[in-house]
This record gives sequence, C-alpha cells and structure tokens, in this order.
Amino acid sequence: MSKLKPEDLAKITEKVKRTMLLREGTGRAKVIVHMGTCGIASGARAIMSALMKEIEERNIKDVILTTSSCAGLCSREPMITVEVQDQPPVKYVDLTPDKAKEIFAKHVLSGEIVKEYALAFGSERVP
Amino acid sequence: MKVYRTNVMLCTCTMCVSVGALAIRKRLEEEIKKQNLEDEIQVILTGSSWLCTRGPTLIVQPDDVVYQFLKEEDIPHLVEEHLLKGRPVKSLMYVHPETLYPIEKLHDVPFYRDQRLIALWNRGIIDPDQIDEYIARDGYKALAKVLKDMTPAEVVQEIADAGLRGRGGAGFPTGRKWEFCRSNPNTPKYLICNADEGDPGAFMDRSIIEADPHSLIEGMLIAAYAIGASKGYVYIRIEYPLAIKRLISATAQAREYGLLGEDIFGSGFDFDIEIFRGAGAFVCGEETSLIHSIEGRPAEPAQKPPFPVQRGVFGKPTVINNVETLTNLPRIINFGAEWFAAIGTEKSKGTKVFSLAGNINNAGLVEVPMGITLRRIVYDIGGGIPNGKEFKAVQTGGPSGGVIPKSLLDLPVDYERLQEAGAIMGSGGLIVMDEDSCMVDIAKYFIEFTKDESCGRCTSCREGLAAMHEILTNICEGRGKEGDIELLEELGEATKEASLCGLGKTAPNPVLSAVRHFRNEYVAHIRDKKCPAKVCKALIEYEVDKDKCTGCTLCARNCPSQAITGGKKKPHSIDRTKCIKCGVCIDVCKFDAILVTTGESP
Repeated sequence: MSKLKPEDLAKITEKVKRTMLLREGTGRAKVIVHMGTCGIASGARAIMSALMKEIEERNIKDVILTTSSCAGLCSREPMITVEVQDQPPVKYVDLTPDKAKEIFAKHVLSGEIVKEYALAFGSERVP
Repeated sequence: MKVYRTNVMLCTCTMCVSVGALAIRKRLEEEIKKQNLEDEIQVILTGSSWLCTRGPTLIVQPDDVVYQFLKEEDIPHLVEEHLLKGRPVKSLMYVHPETLYPIEKLHDVPFYRDQRLIALWNRGIIDPDQIDEYIARDGYKALAKVLKDMTPAEVVQEIADAGLRGRGGAGFPTGRKWEFCRSNPNTPKYLICNADEGDPGAFMDRSIIEADPHSLIEGMLIAAYAIGASKGYVYIRIEYPLAIKRLISATAQAREYGLLGEDIFGSGFDFDIEIFRGAGAFVCGEETSLIHSIEGRPAEPAQKPPFPVQRGVFGKPTVINNVETLTNLPRIINFGAEWFAAIGTEKSKGTKVFSLAGNINNAGLVEVPMGITLRRIVYDIGGGIPNGKEFKAVQTGGPSGGVIPKSLLDLPVDYERLQEAGAIMGSGGLIVMDEDSCMVDIAKYFIEFTKDESCGRCTSCREGLAAMHEILTNICEGRGKEGDIELLEELGEATKEASLCGLGKTAPNPVLSAVRHFRNEYVAHIRDKKCPAKVCKALIEYEVDKDKCTGCTLCARNCPSQAITGGKKKPHSIDRTKCIKCGVCIDVCKFDAILVTTGESP
C-alpha cells in the first residue's frame, strides 16, 4: 500500500461502510428472515442465501440482513419482514428464493411494496 | 469485500482473555462452521467493550444483543438459537439487578445507557488490528484537517478553547501546556504519551489502547503537530503485553499507510512513535522520573521548575500527555471546541473515563460527562452495592487520592469539587467500598503501597511514609495510643510539603482524607480497641451463637486450626487461643451461627 492522501480516507470508509453500519445496527432498511424450525424446514436457508447473494452482487451497503424466530404463522413459511426506515414493517409469506429477490429489488431498493406476496403490515409483538 | 450478515463482537481484552475468551472464540468458529454459517457470520475480536467483570462477553450485531459469563458449553446452543434461528438466548443475558429481568439490547443496559463516549468512541465497535475500520469511524480525518487547514497555533487555540485538561490526574490545561512548548525556540521537541498506569484498580489506559490504539496514534499526531515535535514516545509498562502488542501492530499499519513517518499526507510534517517499555515502577508515572527512565537514568524525580516543556527528555522541550487526554483530541478537532466545551462543568469540560472497581455490581470501564454525581455513577451506572450491603465510601485517584464518604454522594465529579473533598480526580480509578470496609485498614493498604513504591530520594517520603505505615499498623493491631491521629496528620502534612514529586506530595492523601471523614473509626480503634467494620484481626473475636448452632459439625471439620469443638447436634464453641480468624467457619455455616464481635474481648 502506498502512502495515503487525505482523499483516500473517504475511499477506505466507503469500502468498510457496510461492516460499520452492521456494527452500529443502523441502515436504511432491514430485512428479517424468519428462521424458526418451521422456517428452516420450508426453505428459509435458501431465502437467506439468495438475499445474501443479492446484497453481495449489487454491492448494497445500507441494508441490514438479520434473522428472527418463528412469526407464529408456520403454514405460510418461509417468511420475511421488510422494514424500510420510517415505514411500517411488511411481512411477506410463502416465499421462494426468486420471490425474495423480487421483493428485494422492488421493495427494499425501490420502495415499492410487492402486494401479491405481502401478508400484512406490522410486526408480531414481543413482550 | 466479503459480505456478512452478522458480526459477533467478542471481547478479547486482558480480563476476558484471562477467563477464557480465546477458547470461546475457537468454539464459536467451530459451531458456526458446523451450522454452515461461515459465509454469513463473522467473529470479530475487540478490545474491552463493557462490563469487565462479566467476561467472557460478546455482542451480536446488528441485533445489539449482549451476552455475559459465557462458558464453552453455552456456545453450541447460542449459535444454533441466536445465530441460526434468530432467537436470542435469555439465560445468557445481563439481568437487571432490581427487576431481575434479562435485558436483551446492549444499549438498554443501564450501565451502558448513561455513558457518554468520547475517549472510548470506538470501544467494542472496531477490530483494533484493522486500521481500515478505524478510518471508517472518521479515523485520521482530524489529522487530515489539522495538517491541511490549521496552523499549529490554531490547533493549540482550539484545544485551549475546548477546555481540555490533563486526564492523568493533575488536570493541567492541555492547551496551556502545549503553548509553553510550541513557543519554546529550543529544538528538537518531543511528545511523550504517559501510559505508565500504576494505580491499584485502574485500567483505563490499558483498555483504551487495547480497544482502539489508532485513536491514541492520531491524538499523538495532532499533539505533535501542534507543539512542533517530530518524535514521540509511548511510555507503557511491560505488564501490559496485549496493549503493547496491539500498539505495535497499529503503529506498523499506520507506517504502511504513511500516517507515521515522513511527509504525512504530503504536508511536509514528519512524526514517528517509539514504544518505550517501562519496568513497572510506580514512580515512573511521575513525569520527571519517566523522562529519566527514557534517558536510561535511575527513575528518580527532579526539581520542578524547569518543567518538561522547558527542559524535558534529553534536555529538550517535551510535552507529556496521558493516554486519555490524547485520545480525546481527534473528536475535539472533528466536532469542534464548542461542542466539547458544552459538555461538563464550568471548569472541567468533556468526559472522564473511570475504572469502576471494588464492592459494586457493575465493575468496569465507564465514561461519563464531568459533573455527574457520584451517586449516579455508583447506583445508576454501577448498579449499586452487591449483597444488599450499605455504601460506605469511594476512593478516587488510587493511592494519591482520598476517600469520599456517603454524605458527599451527591458531589458533582470534577477536578475542583473532588479536591475540596480531600480527594483528587486522579487518573480515574474509582474503588467503591461497602460497610464491611475498615477505613484504617484501607489507608494502611495504600500507605503500604506508596511506601514500597517510593524511590527513596526524599527523606520525607521515604521515612515519612514508613513512619505512617508503622502507626497505622499499630492502630490496626490494637496498639494505637492517644495522639496517634494528630501525629498521622502532622507527618502527612510534612510529607506532602517536603517531598519533591507527585508521589510523596499525594501519598498521605488516603490517610488524611480518611482521618477527616472517618475520625470516629480511628478513635474507636485507638481508645476502645474496636474495629467497627470488624476487619482488623487483632480487634475481633469469633464465637458461636449457641441458639442458632445446630451442631452440624461443618465448621469444625473445615476449621484449618482445629479451634472449633463440639459434639454432633450440640452447640459448638471456638477456642480463642487457637482461632486464627480466617473466616472459613462463616463461609461454610449454613445457619449464620458464627458471630464476630469487636471490643468485647475479656
């Protein structure tokens, strides 16, 4: 590595930005994959892999991908919840990796809710 | 760059490593692999991140969930439940001391919530061995700003306007110290970072360097530019191997990026850092002794003036700043003097890092705004006193400081208020004592420490402390006599007056403040041969409460000196001539049947 110039700081920051946003727990949007036993049995791992790949390929930095447990609607798994900042969370059900990719492109990146896969607004309550 | 969805931030500070953090790391990585999560989850090793006595600890991000007291066998469950299935494991979480309800999020833990991080800005968020992560948290941005847009005089003015004062203990205004050095025509000039942290129970400097070494390097670069130094030393004790290792790795990375060396950022400014390992003598924390140590001379203090800014290391102008003072600098430059000066009290600005230790629920490293009350530190952040005991006093400033009694719990913590109370801010050790602490015994402990660490150059310090130690020992062992308290006060004042350096000038403080705030306890020891806290062995006796004793024989079987006798199911008794007052019987008795009395011996 050659000597840094002041403007190189911004480049390095950009390179590590995704990791830092992850650690600070802040992002423009959050995608939660429900990974209860029911979710995993109906293919949540494949959904997670597909979303990880989307983030990697598109080089998305400000979207956090995380897991949560069973949302209580086991028959409609695999499910994800999409939380775009300052908007109510949206739950999507009966997913496949392709549907998840579509939701990622439309809802997470362009802000357009994919109504045909959506179950409802809101999130289950945790005490 | 590889994408992960979760980072597991495992604390690998000295304390967590000593309780098995590295074994936890190995197990974590094995289990993550077993669950095929290695492409999704990354384990990051951080410096001290939160409650130091609850290690090993880890924080799962972005979920902000914190786990404590981890054992290797907890890891498979933790990985499967939380990392795979997204169900945080409640049984491994911090439990609120009053509601007894587990707290999931790190930032909801009261210990964490009430802190304000400036010096500890990056704690637990970055991997200390990755310079890029430091840069991504605005790292070296302040350096670029001062080199590009500010003259050295403007940097000095900015720090003076911020009101930053030395965090090593004395609280001298940093901007003023720098100006003396900057305006000195003599060259070359030197910058020394004092990381010779020696107070018992203090671990601020070590934790800062272990968690965020680049903050210190950037702070040193800013300071060096302001005073016109091109060479800097970090004087750090050899007892801090992990901090030294991380600092060496950080300086190497900074050199590779051209952030240390010649012509930094193409500005023409040169600076490099040498790490100087001290052997661990307490007196080396005193600046003139420290300078002698770097020069290869015996570590003894010198007369001041001349001050180091006039004649320092190798006879050249030298600024010596503490680790915490220096790590504050990047934030002050980035956010501005006005922002910094808005935090704290009229004369003490910004925050202070304390290492909270002793009889307290949440021992650990805390950073709080100046002016916060001791009550808030002890009860809100510290979580109060364990085992339902009463708060008695807090010792600030280690062996150079003093005790602050319960009546002063609402004292706002700043340099002036602590001084008025007979204590000092010191480097930030804060030892909490409960009702079972004897104030004569504590004072004796600190005097014993400074007596041993005195370099012996000044008669007042060498002999004065030895004499005070002898008097305190006599008082603790029941040989105290009338006039001892007055003699202690006289000796203490004389030692303070006649000693050359900070060690001797402050060493009597623990005794003087204890005598001032807890005089009755001293009188009880001397006049009534009583130790109210029941600590001093010569003044207490053990006996069996005949009504409570069930004759289970547990104490008799465990007594190391066979002092307890009595038949099965019959009340036991203790032979005072054999009893060594070790307290084992109290620990093993299930019926609270062992009594400790004081001042009632026949």
